[in-house]
Formats: sequence, C-alpha cells, structure tokens
Amino acid sequence: MAMSINADDCTACGACESECPSKAIRFQGAVYVIDPKKCTECQGAADAPQCDEVCPSGAIAKAA
Amino acid sequence: MSSQIVSLDSFVASPSPVRGCASSSCGSSARPADVDPDVWEKIKDHPCYSEEAHHYFARMHVAVAPACNIQCNYCNRKYDCSNESRPGVVSERLTPEEAVRKVVAVAAAVPELSVLGIAGPGDALANWKQTRATFDAVRKVIPDVKFCLSTNGLALPDYADEIAGMAIDHVTITINAVDPEIGAKIYPWIFFDHKRRTGLEAATIFLERQMRGLEMLVARGILVKINSVMIPGINDAHLPKVNRAVRQRGAFLHNIMPLISDPAHGTHFGLTGQRGPTPAELKTLQDQLDGGAKLMRHCRQCRADAIGLLGEDRGQEFTLDRLPEFATCDPAPRQAYRAFVAAERGDRGAARADALRSVSAVADDVLLVAVATKGGARINEHFGHTREFQIYEAGPKGITLVGHRKVDAYCMGGFGEDATLGPTIAALDGIDTVLCAKIGDCPRDALAEAGITVTDAHAYDYIETAIGKLYAERFGRSAAVA
Repeated sequence: MAMSINADDCTACGACESECPSKAIRFQGAVYVIDPKKCTECQGAADAPQCDEVCPSGAIAKAA
Repeated sequence: MSSQIVSLDSFVASPSPVRGCASSSCGSSARPADVDPDVWEKIKDHPCYSEEAHHYFARMHVAVAPACNIQCNYCNRKYDCSNESRPGVVSERLTPEEAVRKVVAVAAAVPELSVLGIAGPGDALANWKQTRATFDAVRKVIPDVKFCLSTNGLALPDYADEIAGMAIDHVTITINAVDPEIGAKIYPWIFFDHKRRTGLEAATIFLERQMRGLEMLVARGILVKINSVMIPGINDAHLPKVNRAVRQRGAFLHNIMPLISDPAHGTHFGLTGQRGPTPAELKTLQDQLDGGAKLMRHCRQCRADAIGLLGEDRGQEFTLDRLPEFATCDPAPRQAYRAFVAAERGDRGAARADALRSVSAVADDVLLVAVATKGGARINEHFGHTREFQIYEAGPKGITLVGHRKVDAYCMGGFGEDATLGPTIAALDGIDTVLCAKIGDCPRDALAEAGITVTDAHAYDYIETAIGKLYAERFGRSAAVA
C-alpha cells in the first residue's frame, strides 16, 4: 500500500515532498521518488494522499 | 567622444569618469511630483516599480521556488525552454546555496544590479523555507541589494508578518479577478488546508485570501504591485473592477499584462484556443485605467530566472556551470554606478522638464515614437541590433512610455536580412517615427516605403529631449518658445 510517482510526468517541482506527512518523498537524480516502506497513503493523517492532491502534473497514483 | 554618449558597457569597464554629486539625496529632481519622498527612496532603484529606474537598474531572479499551491489555466510548468520569455519558465532550478553563489557572481559582474527577486518558477511562498533561506543568506554578504518577491497570494496571510520582518520592501501579487465566478474560469484548483479544492469553492477562498494578504502588506508599509493577466472574454471587462478594488486597499502599482497562450506551451488556455489581447486592446484598457492606481507600462513579463535590465536577459551568462569559483562581494562598483546615476538623473530630469513644456502647449496632436535604446534613458542602440523598441506617446498628457514591442534583430553579424524586415515593419504598425543611434540606407528606405520614418539625427540624446524636438518640428512649435 503506497503511492508512486511516474517519472515521465514528474516536473520535479517538489510540492509533494513538503506536503508528505510521512517524510516518504525525496529527490533522487532528476525526479522525486516515494519510499513505499514509509508511505501510508496518508491514512489517519489526511482525507486523501497529499502528494496526489498537490501534484500539478498528475504524476502520482497508487503503486501497482 | 561627446559627454552625451553614455554606454553602460563602457561604464562597467571604467567606473572612474564618475562626476557630479555623489550624495544619495542628489538626483531628487528626478522624483516625479506625485511620489512621496519616502516612497521614492524605496522605488528609485527598483526597475519594476519605477519607470524612471528601469532605464538604469537591473534585477535578477533566482529560481529557488519550484513548487506551487494553485493551478492557473495560463501556466504549464512542463514546457521549459531557454528561448522562452515568460513567467513560470526557468532553465535551471537552484538550491538556496547555489542561489547565493549566483547572486554574488552577478553582483560582481553587473554594477547595475539593485534588486534580487524570487518569482518562482512556482510560488515564492509555497517554497517559504527556500525563499527565506536565500534572502537571509544573501543579506549577510550583499546588504545593499533590495529584496522583492512575487506570489499568487494564497499563502500571504500566513507570511505577511515574516515578510515585513525581513525588510522585503516590495511584493507583487497576481490578481486576475475579484469575483469568484470569474476566478473559477482562470483557476481550476488550489491546494489549501490539506485539500485540493476546485470550482467556486477554490476561487472564493483564494480571492478572499489575496485581498486579505494585500491589506496586511499595505498595513505593514510594504509597497505592493498587482499583476493582472488580461484574458479577452474572461476578465478583460472585469479588470476595471479589480483596479478599483486593489486601489481601495492601497496597492501601489497595477500592471496589466497580456495573456500569453501559444498552443505549443501546452497550457489549458493555449490548447483550448483562448487568445491573448492585441496590443491595441491592451493599450485601450490601460488608457481607460490611467489615473487609477498608478499603471505600470514597462513590464516585460520576464522569466523566473531573468538577469539584467528589464529589456534584456543575461541569464544564460550566469548558469551554474559558468559561475566563477570565487567572486568578491565588493560593493564599490555598485556604489560608483549609483552615484553616476544620481548625477545623470538630475541632468535628465531637467532635460525632461524642458521637453515636456514643448509638447504640453500643443492641443490634440499625438505622436507615437519607437525608440532603440540599451539603457540610460538615451537613444543609444543601432536599429539593426534592436530586439525591443520602447514605445513613447507624445501629446497633451506629456511624453510617456506606453509600452514596448519586440522584434527579431534585423542585423545579424553585420549582414541585414530582408527576410526579417517584414515582421519588423509589422511590429512597428501605427508608429510615426523610429529614433535610433544609427541605421543603414537600405532598411531606412524600406521603412520609408512602409510609411515609417527612421532617423538617427538624435543619436545619444535623452529620449524625451529628442521626442520633444521631434514634436516641435512636426507640429510647428519651437520647443524653446513653448
């Protein structure tokens, strides 16, 4: 259970990193990545995954 | 060389010929009569807040703020090209540490530098940690540069106190609407209080916070400029109401900018065929609002990493890989340049007053003049090297800068190409006379055929002086008598 970032769509703006309540997102190389071990999909912290809510390019979805 | 000739380049190379009064109070004759002395102190070196200053001073933006908390229909952050010139676009994102290195390098190479701004490419306040860290670090090494930031205003009520505490004198808020119904057509969503909000709910929250932010800044003595994007059919008829609303709340300047909506940029408006205003539509609206909150006419809608005088962008000279290992923070060249400007301004102020007298006596005749200049408020650029003409209107209201028009430089490496003259002629539509430092016979004849007079007879004169003379010649009044 975790969110993930599609590198093709990520513009590396970093908006998701500062909104993540679990500190699961960090900059790696050219784009941001979500650590699936830390990601909680914001359950208990917010109504919806904060990264997906703030992402301007629709790059974030539930990990397959 | 005549003492009339002022080249910023030559000044940079040899700051010694500074003469005249170097005191900071000198040059006050350049202060417009309707500007309070305290306010003038804040704006006299800020190219975006003072039309007068934009002839002399340079700004730099550092792109430390990539994230944004709203989506605008005219913005697409994916598309990024160094040849693009528009807000929200940037080629290289910087950490605060990299930004400080860059500011130091630019300050050492560009004595005209007076303002450091953070304008994105996202929102300065949506990246507050980076914005604050950058300003705090620069303040320690270069205390003589003014700070300025640009924001959509959503987070402004949260940071107004901190902004005031950091001696940031200037803040720009982009306000495109005051009615939520219109706002909802421009902003598809905002991210606020841990939620993405859309439609009328988003616009209502957003516009209310913009107004509150504006009031809080004004109450704290900060000069606020309002940027509005003119979007035909959506907010063009609404902008007079925006103008009244921001004026009532104490905004210092209102800057109406044309929508940029090239489909290739991939913005919502670009893809849906929403057009931008024509230069004539923009000018009509600006003229209609003149006399309200002071209107800014010299905006160039620059990139979030632009460097230089407003008409130029030297950003490519200062990319991270080109920064020197060590650069000094010596303030002396900037101080010398400011002393030079103070003296030059006094002289120009007197010349301007003379020129204004020469046009004010004549009733209704209006002259539209395009000027080739590279700074210093003088006619000092060759026609063929000009990438942007400054457009002045001379008439009963005086001589005023009313805008600028971009062209492709006609002359590349000494060889003019006929192919580029057509678009130049089109860009100069409606212009009566072009003033430049020099022009070849061929382009002069081609423009004459198109009904546009080009002259280098006033080369290196002050812009207003030359236009005053031109006006007097054209309408049969002697400048000295009038």
